[in-house]
Amino acid sequence: MRTVGSSVVRKEAWQKVTGTAKYTDDYAFAGLLHAKMVVSTMAHAIITSIDTTEAEKIPGVRAVLLGGSYPLVGEAIRDRPPIAVGKVRYHGEPVALVVADSPVLAKKAANSIQVLYEPLPVVNSATQAFEAGATLVHEKLGEYKRDNEIHPPIPGTNIASHVKIRKGDMEKGWQECDSVVEASVSLSISDHAAMETRCSIAEIGPDGKIKITTSSQAPFMVKRLISQYFGEDMGKIVVETPLVGGAFGGKAAVQLEILVYLASKAVGGRPVKLRNEREEDILTSPCHIGLDATVKLGSDRHGKIKAANIRFLWDGGAYSDKAVDLTRAGAADCTGPYAIDNVWCDSYCMYTNHPYASPFRGFSHSELSFAIERTMDLLAEKVGMDPLTFRKINAIMPGNTTPTRVLLNNSNVGNLPKCIERVHELIQWDEGEMIALDERFVRAKGISCSWKTSTIDPDAPSGVILTFNPDGTINLMSGVIEIGTGTKTVLAQLLAERLNMDVNNIYVKMDVDTQTTPEHWKTVASRGTFMAGKAVLQAAEDVIRQLKAIASCVLRAPIEDLDVADSRVFFRDDPGNGVHFKEIAYGYQYPNGNSIGGQIIGHGHYILRGLTHMNPETGEGRPGPEWTVTAHGIEVLFDRRDCTYKVLKAITVVDIGKVLNDKAARGQVMGAMSLGLSFAGRETFVFDSLGRVRNPQLRTYRPLHYSEAPEYMVEFVETPQIDAPYGARGVGEHGLLGIPAALANALSTAAGVSLQKLPLVPEMIWKAKEHVRP
Amino acid sequence: MKVHQLELRINNEKRMVVVRSADTLLAVLRRNLGLTGAKPGCLNGDCGACTINVDRLPMKSCLMLAIECEGKEITTIEGMHNTPMQQAFVEHFAFQCGYCTSGFIMNAHSLIHNRPNADNQMMKEWLDSNICRCTGYEEIERAVKDVLRKNSQIQ
Ligand code: FES
Ligand code: FES
Repeated sequence: MRTVGSSVVRKEAWQKVTGTAKYTDDYAFAGLLHAKMVVSTMAHAIITSIDTTEAEKIPGVRAVLLGGSYPLVGEAIRDRPPIAVGKVRYHGEPVALVVADSPVLAKKAANSIQVLYEPLPVVNSATQAFEAGATLVHEKLGEYKRDNEIHPPIPGTNIASHVKIRKGDMEKGWQECDSVVEASVSLSISDHAAMETRCSIAEIGPDGKIKITTSSQAPFMVKRLISQYFGEDMGKIVVETPLVGGAFGGKAAVQLEILVYLASKAVGGRPVKLRNEREEDILTSPCHIGLDATVKLGSDRHGKIKAANIRFLWDGGAYSDKAVDLTRAGAADCTGPYAIDNVWCDSYCMYTNHPYASPFRGFSHSELSFAIERTMDLLAEKVGMDPLTFRKINAIMPGNTTPTRVLLNNSNVGNLPKCIERVHELIQWDEGEMIALDERFVRAKGISCSWKTSTIDPDAPSGVILTFNPDGTINLMSGVIEIGTGTKTVLAQLLAERLNMDVNNIYVKMDVDTQTTPEHWKTVASRGTFMAGKAVLQAAEDVIRQLKAIASCVLRAPIEDLDVADSRVFFRDDPGNGVHFKEIAYGYQYPNGNSIGGQIIGHGHYILRGLTHMNPETGEGRPGPEWTVTAHGIEVLFDRRDCTYKVLKAITVVDIGKVLNDKAARGQVMGAMSLGLSFAGRETFVFDSLGRVRNPQLRTYRPLHYSEAPEYMVEFVETPQIDAPYGARGVGEHGLLGIPAALANALSTAAGVSLQKLPLVPEMIWKAKEHVRP
Repeated sequence: MKVHQLELRINNEKRMVVVRSADTLLAVLRRNLGLTGAKPGCLNGDCGACTINVDRLPMKSCLMLAIECEGKEITTIEGMHNTPMQQAFVEHFAFQCGYCTSGFIMNAHSLIHNRPNADNQMMKEWLDSNICRCTGYEEIERAVKDVLRKNSQIQ
């Protein structure tokens, strides 16, 4: 292949190394007003009063917005006031919004607003939320509007949704087991910490046209939701998204867009910008979901797993927004990549008084993987089997079914045993799981496996438009957002490959606006290349057909005799004889001036095939198109004296189907691994007993830095997904999925105690070792 | 509100600006001068997205006041044209979303200028002041080492 597989330089590379790449906050103009939030200092409290007198006196303050007059918002359940009304449900919740002439004035005014609270009992964990008689986060849960009829909330509890998986015969399954283990694991809420904090600008024209510029993974969703929530005509809403400075799922939720729309409305439609400071981005905007899980696994004498009983209590935070979908996705793939005939899973989305959740890279799968893979190691130990062999004999394969009873085949699942074999070699497993270097230091290894399908809406669309320039070059327009994944460059590669032309003659529109760019549902779930790629290939067929049609007139030849390559249409049996795109892409002119044709414009679209909703009682259904599988390995250097450690090696082998852009794919996988190590090793919100977050800064919430990176090893297995562009599987998230589990497994071996809590900080390991109760 | 008129030397140009005493250099670069290559990531010195060079040393522009900068030579990413470091970043895919990139390039550019013989340890000390959330840092390491290596070959 000519372009597919090669490391084509990203189309926006030179913009990004010269500082000319524009992100939302880089747009500023005269007349732009600035908004600033006042956020709650309490996690659960009644608002007794808000005094805005001082703020309103400040010259240059144009509006002060309080909650009360706006409809409730939220994706699955409309449970969230855009600005708090009556009470606050999490630390950082917006309670007022100020609009002023400059950021400095807006901040000054916001600081002068006095809010008084009367504290309420705080629901400080998912487990606590689940207890009988727990304080209710939402008293009127039954009254909210919702679009989730399949897994509805349970009024009178903190349960926002309950997803059930019932597969096989549990009684029979447990009877077949010789060894059974049960483990409880937990991980607390954390943050995406994308380097660009969220930012939105809104402006409403005299004709009612609403223009929103926003750093989002889902501008098309912004358009739909603003329309639904506020009854605005969809055609009047235009949402623009320039380059996005990292997202990791955090920018798939719609929040600031709503606030800034309301702010603009309050000042007669004048343009208003709202940019999160880092503290707000961590506290106020949606974060990474938490989980308390209990997993019971049993296997027969030969180490074959026969039954699994799993309970997930997801900490969705104060509002359910996307957490309901996360709860469902976690249930759909609850067992991890193992063939298990008898599965019982209850996945609950819990309300707590924590910041609310949005998707996080992996969409529940790294979290569930941590729960399953820790238990897998415990069961392997009980059975007396090597953990790697144990995983291999239970690895899911074509012919098995998933927890939601999808029958797997050679196309819709990758080759897990092959991934495990490669990890086996790369981590030098046979050298031993643990090697003591001296009294103090040990080297220890851990492995894990993971899988993921993309449980996106069954009717999610993706479209592509191609237009030609007079010189025969092509413009490619897709609704995929360039959040850093390089997907748009990959789309250009796919087009170049299909048209057999130079990729440099394809120009990609990086920015998206919902009026002129065809919709790509959301840039999430590793689905950009698959869906938009399918649309690109269809659009390519469309332009090939048009090019050949006009060339057949010019060349006076039947269409079947023509072929396309190198920006030319030519005779298949006489390639030297033909026409260049530039002669026909804008119509063809005969020597006497007569002209035919016109600008060639092609289009393609794709919608996922055959997805179904899950059955409310059994979970049966087809939630996603294919399962990408991975195996991971981690080696640590552990200090037995103080429980500190260094990650030496991190390995991921992923069945990618087909490598489209080698360096870009490696970068995606390594980046995801780095995120996984960071979140597993250190990242968490530190809540006090009142549910307040004590570390909302990058100094106290400290992501991995340069010197802390381990040696990475990334390898690909290529089992093509038959219906995907050139066989490529989704891979944006998969480098992360099993990393927390592999790290926990390595450290459990090193410390000689099962570590069942994230993040894996030395203090926690020490406590586990010394059996200190947290 | 007290304002000052300053003459700043930025990217080899003299620029006149009117600033408040409390305005950070980052705010002035972005808002008054339209130099938006330096990014706000934390405004607290934690992330390095705002890194520029002041008298050829890397500085976090969110931690400097504009009024401190008179008489100093300021270089931002906009003052970099086809430098070896930029080329290496492109070649080694040393960025994804690109938000941290200006800061990393300015830091690394200053590193090779001031410490042409930097070893691994020194690279760590310098580059630890920036955060990249997208890459695994390995690509950045390769890009910087590539430039260091090529430089030492020239010498
Ligand atoms: S914005 Fe200056 S260090 Fe983060
Ligand atoms: S490339 Fe996104 S933060 Fe570095």
